[in-house]
Amino acid sequence: MKTKLHRDERIRVIVFSILLVVTALLSMFPFYWMILNSFKNPSIIFKVPTDFFTFNLTWDSFAAVFKYENGIIWRAYANSLFIAVTSTIGTLFTSSLAAFAFAKLKFRGNKLIYSIFIATLMIPGQVTLLPLYVIFAKIGWVNTFLPLIIPGCLINTYGVFMLRSFIVSIPDDLIAASKVDGCGTLRQYFHVILPLCKPALITLGLFSFIGSWNNYFGQFIYLSSEDLTTIPLLIASLKESNMTGVEWGRVMAASTLSVIPFAVVYLFCQKYFVQGIATTGLK
Amino acid sequence: MTKLTRKRREELAGWALISPQVLGFLAFVAFPLVFSIILCFCEWNYIDMPTPVGLKNFERCFNDDVFWRSILNTLIYIGLVVPSTLVLSLTLAMMTNRKLPMKKIYRAAFFLPMVTSTIAIGTVWAFIFQTNGGVLNTILGFFGVNALDWFNNEVLARIAVAIVSTWLKVGYYYIIFDAGLKNIPKDLYEAADVEGANWWQKFLKITLPMLSSVTFFVVVMLFIDVFNMFNEVYIMTAGGPNYSTFTLSMYIFYYAFNQSDMGRAAVASWVLFMLVGIITAIEFFVKKKVVYE
Repeated sequence: MKTKLHRDERIRVIVFSILLVVTALLSMFPFYWMILNSFKNPSIIFKVPTDFFTFNLTWDSFAAVFKYENGIIWRAYANSLFIAVTSTIGTLFTSSLAAFAFAKLKFRGNKLIYSIFIATLMIPGQVTLLPLYVIFAKIGWVNTFLPLIIPGCLINTYGVFMLRSFIVSIPDDLIAASKVDGCGTLRQYFHVILPLCKPALITLGLFSFIGSWNNYFGQFIYLSSEDLTTIPLLIASLKESNMTGVEWGRVMAASTLSVIPFAVVYLFCQKYFVQGIATTGLK
Repeated sequence: MTKLTRKRREELAGWALISPQVLGFLAFVAFPLVFSIILCFCEWNYIDMPTPVGLKNFERCFNDDVFWRSILNTLIYIGLVVPSTLVLSLTLAMMTNRKLPMKKIYRAAFFLPMVTSTIAIGTVWAFIFQTNGGVLNTILGFFGVNALDWFNNEVLARIAVAIVSTWLKVGYYYIIFDAGLKNIPKDLYEAADVEGANWWQKFLKITLPMLSSVTFFVVVMLFIDVFNMFNEVYIMTAGGPNYSTFTLSMYIFYYAFNQSDMGRAAVASWVLFMLVGIITAIEFFVKKKVVYE
């Protein structure tokens, strides 16, 4: 009986491994194809028969991206980074403070306010986006980075939710011990909570960074002047800039440049945000 | 320090710590929410203050064929993307939930789509789906399929967008399911093995019930996710052909910022909100009956 179970499991491991390798390859294929074609000579991208494997290492497409509109890509990179970094830092700070209070401090209104917060998780962003646009237009924030940074810094219900479920799982003893040591609430936050939350903070940080970087909708409506352009806006304009058809080589090169930083960061901190995401589903 | 003052200090500390988020909540969620109700009954040309127009926005919205098409499309996407993401991420999680070589590599491969710029990778997909010389049609050609005109055929365009959307989402839900599976005590399965239960029985009697609250979370998040679908559609098909991939999110975007018709967009955004609300309420109602806790 035991040996039969053992044999079944071995067969399963082999079959599943094959299936998983195929799925993983399919999942990675768009990235492979993007990189391959950004190095291909743009004139042979649509050549028949399709070449799946040769890396030519021609830099023409990248050169075209860097030359586009006098090297506006550097501007776009700097702007995207600035927006993403500032709003991420703000979000991490305020939502971890609130999450700590909701998870571990006793105060009147704790439960009530937290449930109102969670209920708003399901409000589609578009509902609040329109009035916010009206307001930001009135106070002259259109065509500045402020509408893309300030709201993110001050409200992130998903972040509070995620960090709270993580902090709830920290044993009370650890916090009680620091109280005996005479730690004030703020010192508890800095010395006990923040270090223990590292995986959740890294996860949330990465998510809000990506969310901000990817916020094409917001960037499109708020940023119209050239100096304020961002990477997603640039890619969309590269795709639409040529009347005679898309210059795919150039677009693939720009996409590669925009994806690479994420991939590198992700591969380095994979282990943290597996932990970080995992806890949200369990609470 | 007396007990009472300590309690009071904790109370103050709690309020102080949540105050930035509460402030943000009032300014960027609560107030706009109320304001958007007002917008539904107003016309606004971006320059003057909004002027009231009664129910005109509702009339124009509900008499608009494209509005109903975009609701239908959103529901079609839900029908396509929610089940496919759910089944795929759960299946992958169940396959990797054992001693297996290269587990970390699989996880990285499934999750990578999630951590990239959607606009960039959506463009790559548009390139893959090109009718003439696109790599997907080339590969299908090896199997004798004629070149498919992905973005000019209403059904194919929807399928293309659904494939990309699923591809983008699977990794996140895979990780949640993976964690959920790890939390199921191993001895339940061992006991079932002793009883001679087969694979399907174990799945139905152990895995599904033990995973029901995780699955519930996944379903709620997935629905909200798909309701808000915008980037991948916008960059791949821009809603075409003939509005067949136009989602409610795109409708809102189009009327607010392309047609300068804020009032109509506000009505559409509330319809979206109501749809999400109704579906979430149904999910919670079903949860009470099904979820094992």
